[in-house]
Amino acid sequence: MIYLDNSATTRVDEDVINIMNLYHSINYGNPSSLHRMGLAAEKALDTARIQLASLLGVDNKTIYFLSGGTEGNNLAISSAISKNKRLGNKLITTKIEHPSVLEVFRHFSTCGYEVCYLDVDRSGFINTNQLEEVLSEETIVVSIMKVNNEIGCIQNLKRIGEIVKKKSPQCIIHSDCVQALGKVPLKPILDGIDILTFSGHKFHGPKGSGGIYVNKELNLKTHTFGGGQERGLRSGTENVPAIVGMGMAAEIISKDFEVVTDHIKKLKSYTMELMCQQIEDIEFNSKDDDNFAPHILSVSIKDIKSEILLHLLENKDIFISSGSACSSKKKSGSHVLKSMNLSQDSIEGSLRISFSKYNNASEVEYTIMVIKEAVGSLRKYIRR
Amino acid sequence: MEKVILVRYGEIALKGLNKSFFIDMLLKNIKASLKGLNGVKLEKIQGRFIIRVALEDFDRALDLLRKVFGIVSISEAKAFPNDFEQIKRVAVNMMECINEDTTFKVEARRANKGFSLTSMEINNEVGGHLLDNNQYLKVDVKKPEVKLYIEVREKTYMYSSILQGLGGLPVGCSGKGVLMLSGGIDSPVAGYLMAKRGVEIIAVHFHSFPYTSERARDKVIKLTEIMQDYTGPIKLYIVSFTDIQQELLLSCNERYTTLLMRRIMMKIAERIAIAEEAKALISGESLAQVASQTMESLIVTDNAVELPVYRPLIGMDKNEIIDISQKIDTFETSILPYEDCCTVFVPKHPETRPKLEKILIDEQKIDIEHLIQESINTAEIITM
Repeated sequence: MIYLDNSATTRVDEDVINIMNLYHSINYGNPSSLHRMGLAAEKALDTARIQLASLLGVDNKTIYFLSGGTEGNNLAISSAISKNKRLGNKLITTKIEHPSVLEVFRHFSTCGYEVCYLDVDRSGFINTNQLEEVLSEETIVVSIMKVNNEIGCIQNLKRIGEIVKKKSPQCIIHSDCVQALGKVPLKPILDGIDILTFSGHKFHGPKGSGGIYVNKELNLKTHTFGGGQERGLRSGTENVPAIVGMGMAAEIISKDFEVVTDHIKKLKSYTMELMCQQIEDIEFNSKDDDNFAPHILSVSIKDIKSEILLHLLENKDIFISSGSACSSKKKSGSHVLKSMNLSQDSIEGSLRISFSKYNNASEVEYTIMVIKEAVGSLRKYIRR
Repeated sequence: MEKVILVRYGEIALKGLNKSFFIDMLLKNIKASLKGLNGVKLEKIQGRFIIRVALEDFDRALDLLRKVFGIVSISEAKAFPNDFEQIKRVAVNMMECINEDTTFKVEARRANKGFSLTSMEINNEVGGHLLDNNQYLKVDVKKPEVKLYIEVREKTYMYSSILQGLGGLPVGCSGKGVLMLSGGIDSPVAGYLMAKRGVEIIAVHFHSFPYTSERARDKVIKLTEIMQDYTGPIKLYIVSFTDIQQELLLSCNERYTTLLMRRIMMKIAERIAIAEEAKALISGESLAQVASQTMESLIVTDNAVELPVYRPLIGMDKNEIIDISQKIDTFETSILPYEDCCTVFVPKHPETRPKLEKILIDEQKIDIEHLIQESINTAEIITM
């Protein structure tokens, strides 16, 4: 099996599974219990918090554990808006955010808030001039993702932060960093990010784990009431095994970050090189430079409906993602690629290959060989 | 006194000498439908079935029986020995819940001529007794708001409401038919309607992986499961159609591909029908809904087979079809976005007024017999 869909989710590390088992079967206490087992669970959460905090270079009191990226984005944006609601009613985000961000803004746009969705250029980057133009003192929340999940472009958050704070010093800057953590250097303090979302299963941790970093100065109000866990921000018995697992995954990243990112960067370059040599009429939507994350490669293959290619590949036990579903009823396709102004054909022919440390060069070679063959035979039926 | 379900069958009681065949078939279908419920006992009495079922499964039984073809109506009834004093007591008891002015009527039927009172006498006596015991009741023999039914047979059955069943004929009593099941809205409805006329359904689905996904196949299996509530067990053939479609695309006139495809599907379905001793094909076509369903196109597809093709939706509008699919609960599954046919195979300008001779000439360009045999040999059969 060759798994090249690591932007969707990742394989859980062996050490992560082992430690999770321990917290499922032996140390399964509730952190709120007064006895020794409860204390052990609480200590385990502390450790995980330190592991995440040290990876992000922040104080461990700034880390809150949640159920994943979607809850993180929802909680971050709505709490930020409710905190700043007296200062104005303008919100800014981009057209290429994940649905768990876009839908939150769509909701607030029906509640009297004015939302600006920033355009992106052909490579997926926002234009800071446009940001400057739409910013005002009434702008209370800006949410811009660090790494895009479909093409991998990295927004310059440091620059964005400077522009925002200059115009609207109290504005809260949130960044969906679900695809960034473990793949690109990520220090929220250096980037000027006030709230940052992460998700465990994107970096070899378990599904159902995730959280947010919140700048110490911010005092977010909760939407979930109950036992007061996570310092009152998110009540509900902590998912201890998942959190412990995610902590372990974060620690593994801290240890071998450079080796791993270097490895996947090379795999991506190699894939692009082989595709260029072997497959005609393709167009890369991701670039091979420092402005793009090393693990995501989006490519459009001419005259191919990528969903068909996806199914042909799965038949050979190769798993990738497509930018569009093969639908005769409506024009479907990625909102990200649409925002980048790709043609409908390029969107329908777009493939996303995403790498992890578990992939290697021979997997890439085999995959490209299969794609080449599949493209050849599919084009036979399309280019009649 | 016990709670029972009274089941009435209408049309099948009229079928003269075949009557016992129909009744036994219905009884068998009811048994199959109630399989898995606790304490089920079936009793055949004159013109009725009496069903006993454990109290906790009673409502579930009522729901299931309302999906069995051949049942005209059902009632939840009290059953007790033929004792006039008890009849009066139970009648008062059943009307106890009425506590505002309500008109009523007693409708007695004395099938047991050994009982001392006539139907009319029961009506009068019980009616009078009710008036004496419930101040809110008023008699209205023309348009009563409530009717109390009393059937005096070997036992007395008393009930106050009649739930409509689906009518039709017991599935299996007409013979078998092969339904072409695409996964869209229409074909499950067609299967449902023919099952209503007593046809046992065998389904065939044409799958074209990788042009359609595993999910499309899964969707058809789900639809079959939903239909089975009405049709009883369905044997599902999944026939791979990919090679045939590709061959058609490469060798034949593009304008005819859909029609040629339909013809081959019919031929395959007919082979299956013959092997299964089925006497007809069933299709969800509705006149002129799409290019392959015009009168001219239907001449072309009908010509492909010798067995009759039943098209119960032929005169229905899409909205009428949707209404039924919502009623039988297949709609939500039918509209899932997994296509039954990929856009690659849909001609840009399909023929709407085809000439049979031209199609037949085109069909000779490919080795139909070989392709049909191959796909039948590799068909997957799912018995649920």
